[in-house]
Amino acid sequence: MGRRKKMVERVTTLMDKPEFIRNIGTVAHIDHGKTTFSDNLIAGAGMISKELAGEQLFMDFDEEEQKRGITIDAATVSMVHEFDGKEYLINLIDTPGHVDFGGDVTRAMRAVDGAIVLVDAVEGPMPQTETVLRQALRENVTPILFINKVDRLINEIKLTPQDMQIRLGAVIDKVNKIIKGLKPDQYDNLRLDPATGKVAFGSALNNWAISIPYMKKTGIGFKEIIEYCKAEKQNELAIKCPLHVVMNDMIIRFLPSPVQAQRERIKVIWHGDKESEIGKSMINVDRNGKVALMITDITTDPHAGEVASGRLFSGTLERGKEIFISGMPNANRIQSVGIFMGPERIEVEKIPAGNIVALTGLSDAIVGSTASTDKSMTPFESIRHVSEPVMTVAVEAKHMKDLPKLVEVLRQVAKEDPTLKVMINQETGEHLLAGMGELHLEVVAHRIQRDKHVEITTSKPLVVYRETVTNHAGPVEGKSPNRHNRFYVEVEPLSQEVIRLIKNNEISMRQQEVERRDILMKTGMTKDEAKGITHIYETNIFIDMTKGIQYLNETMELILEGFEEVMKAGPMSREPVMGVKVKLMDAKLHEDSIHRGPAQVIPASRQAIQAAMLMGGATLLEPFQKVFIHVPQDQMGGAMREMQGRRGVILDMKTEGDTSIIESKAPVAQLFGFSGDIRSATEGRAMWSTEFLGFEPIPANMLSEIVMGIRQRKGLKLEMPKPSDFISP
Amino acid sequence: MLTFIGLGLFDETDITVKGLETVRKADMVYAEFYTSHLMGTTVEKMEELFGRKVNVLTREDVEQNTSWLSHAKDKNVVFLSGGDAMVATTHIDLRLRAKDMGIDTAIIHAPSISSAVSGLSGLQNYRFGKSTTIPFPYTRKDKRIISEAPYDTIKMNKKNDLHTLVFLDIDMEKGFMDIKTAISILLEMEERKGEGVLVHTLAVGIARAGSDSPSVHADYIDKLKNYDFGGPLHSLVIPANLHFIEAEALVKLCGAPAGIMK
Repeated sequence: MGRRKKMVERVTTLMDKPEFIRNIGTVAHIDHGKTTFSDNLIAGAGMISKELAGEQLFMDFDEEEQKRGITIDAATVSMVHEFDGKEYLINLIDTPGHVDFGGDVTRAMRAVDGAIVLVDAVEGPMPQTETVLRQALRENVTPILFINKVDRLINEIKLTPQDMQIRLGAVIDKVNKIIKGLKPDQYDNLRLDPATGKVAFGSALNNWAISIPYMKKTGIGFKEIIEYCKAEKQNELAIKCPLHVVMNDMIIRFLPSPVQAQRERIKVIWHGDKESEIGKSMINVDRNGKVALMITDITTDPHAGEVASGRLFSGTLERGKEIFISGMPNANRIQSVGIFMGPERIEVEKIPAGNIVALTGLSDAIVGSTASTDKSMTPFESIRHVSEPVMTVAVEAKHMKDLPKLVEVLRQVAKEDPTLKVMINQETGEHLLAGMGELHLEVVAHRIQRDKHVEITTSKPLVVYRETVTNHAGPVEGKSPNRHNRFYVEVEPLSQEVIRLIKNNEISMRQQEVERRDILMKTGMTKDEAKGITHIYETNIFIDMTKGIQYLNETMELILEGFEEVMKAGPMSREPVMGVKVKLMDAKLHEDSIHRGPAQVIPASRQAIQAAMLMGGATLLEPFQKVFIHVPQDQMGGAMREMQGRRGVILDMKTEGDTSIIESKAPVAQLFGFSGDIRSATEGRAMWSTEFLGFEPIPANMLSEIVMGIRQRKGLKLEMPKPSDFISP
Repeated sequence: MLTFIGLGLFDETDITVKGLETVRKADMVYAEFYTSHLMGTTVEKMEELFGRKVNVLTREDVEQNTSWLSHAKDKNVVFLSGGDAMVATTHIDLRLRAKDMGIDTAIIHAPSISSAVSGLSGLQNYRFGKSTTIPFPYTRKDKRIISEAPYDTIKMNKKNDLHTLVFLDIDMEKGFMDIKTAISILLEMEERKGEGVLVHTLAVGIARAGSDSPSVHADYIDKLKNYDFGGPLHSLVIPANLHFIEAEALVKLCGAPAGIMK
């Protein structure tokens, strides 16, 4: 029996025992060594040879990933480890660290229960470390810490044992501070205390790791480690304290099994009735219950077609079973059930609750779908992404004959990557891809050519703006085209606190009205408003403030359709809207439903909201990025000038040794070509990284120019829109 | 001058003589056929009879792009629509717009389905309550939306012992709603609301009013559903308690079961 086949057999045996399963992910800043670390664990399970671990990059199986030396997609591997004489199944997801691929991290955090946070000992926690840790905590995922590249502290920075302890202590403190800030009430349980063994440090490249308890057990302390490293005998260290043994010990002891995890996590990721049959079944990881599956990834296999993978919270999956994808009318029949082992998908008979699964046959599924045997199941909370699409490129087929294929391919890539927004305009033939950054879009474009075999040309990337309002306006009267129906609408900016609640999934239309109302009233929202929330679209809300209007209920869907249309394309430049509160104050409807149908109500609602927004001081927001620059002090001036020349703002400056660390922010619009310019400004000595910061208002003196630029590109009238363009007096 | 002229029920000859003379003298002729449709004729036949070019307006032209109205400032413009121009339409809006523009208006009436149902069925016009329309249900985000207004209107009329005239939707895409579809929508609502408004109720179906071959039939609602009324347009009446003459008319003229005369 081959090594792999044996492994599959052990994996399938363990699938049935949720107490012996750990679903985990690795999260870290780019280049802190996640993939090397994952390979180490895989080698420890006997799936690749130990000598190659650290070199092979088993998880970076995409040619593009190996070439660029970064992980782009989250990859999953199932492996078996022995601990205390018992076997455990570890399902590991390796996630990308580059900010442009943050969406993969968010999705992976939904599938797992525990996360290994990796931090480079030399660089310390970086912005991306905080971002991904925040994503993990938001999903109620339990963290443990691995401090990587400790050998560099010894061989390159030449720290003494004392200095090393201080340095590592500082890293741990920083990470704990982030945890405390985000989860103050759970800090006692979550705190990463090295003495208990929730922290390990070592070198993934050299295959060793050690924790305080392990030091006590083996008698290998900081002094010994330094000696091994200096003597270039890390391979011996790797035998005495192999990384996979130390880490598996931590994973199995401190990260929760699905049985423990689902008890706590379900209430965070699912807002249905906990006492219902399916609610109980998920909390109990009941394999005999109804199927409750969250799709967290979709990939395309050249042979099997679309493969949907995700976390099974309840029930058992097997071939031939019919399950419903939320929002779709007909059942999908499962064609195959399997698990991932890196690049390979291995089919198995069936998979019970608590596992990460790979399925084919779910043609309706998209990333983020809820799948269940119960058509009426309340869907899981949607996965909110921290970063938002901030850049767009126009895509064209090089050869006219490929045009129909291109449309199909674009739909496919959008299905696989939900952080990508695809806009297909049948009329103009212009196809737009909106993504999280230049690199993200480059990779997508490359894949369209390489994997989907469509030759394309792409335009220069453009910035995606948002429209919002700055003041209260209204009531504004919107009339239906037949002028027999009237809607009275007010708009105002939504408070930052409410926007935050929406982004964090703390309020949603799926939760109980009373629960939502209580949370919102704590932010200072009035009871009437909090009660009247009828729809949440992106970070905008629609509130019905009316009372007792007959037949308004059967008109509401149409009013909301008008609302959504405006939120997708605002009145100034048809860019998406954010942070707007729309209130319906009154409505006057025609007696007969035939005179208040879609053709009447949708435009009335849309135009009232468009006009109200323009009266409410409509403005544009532009995406900002945080830019972190590490630069030798003598080159600092060049780096500062580079930022200041880009409407940048320096937020903080620190000095560590002879390195300056500049924390700054700048609009995405000004960051094109930054990579080359900062290199020449600092003689190539600057190291830098970026992180999505959010949207900020564009300077008032630039508004008209930018609006006109967008309007011209979209073929709209070259005039600043006025309220009277949308409503008649 | 803007004159609203009703075209009546079925073909080009349903217009009144006064209406016909006014169209023939008009400088410009506009018409709309989205609120009602004359099944027995075509625009070409009308143009032949009227001796004028008929400009057919879309709903957008009538409701939003009303620039054509300004011709009426110094010309004789007529606006044609099926039935009687102001019955079961929102054309009053046009008349008010014209008034605001300083344009004089007039109306030349014509037969309307509202009066034709009384004639064809024998139900007395004194006894009708509010009219209502059954729109085609539509789906928004997986939600099938059926207007409850027709059901509620019937319920309220019945409570006040009044008949209900039910108009059936005319849709550009979904076509002309027939009596069978209308009854199934009403029964779906009955099942949903369970208020018993339609249990064992009589209903009267009327098809092609104004033509040489109208079809009028009365029966209990679940039986009427299977009656073949032929081509459009269809309308429906849900009667309240019947006056004895009404009952006799339904039995003798509309084939209702003799039992209703008691």
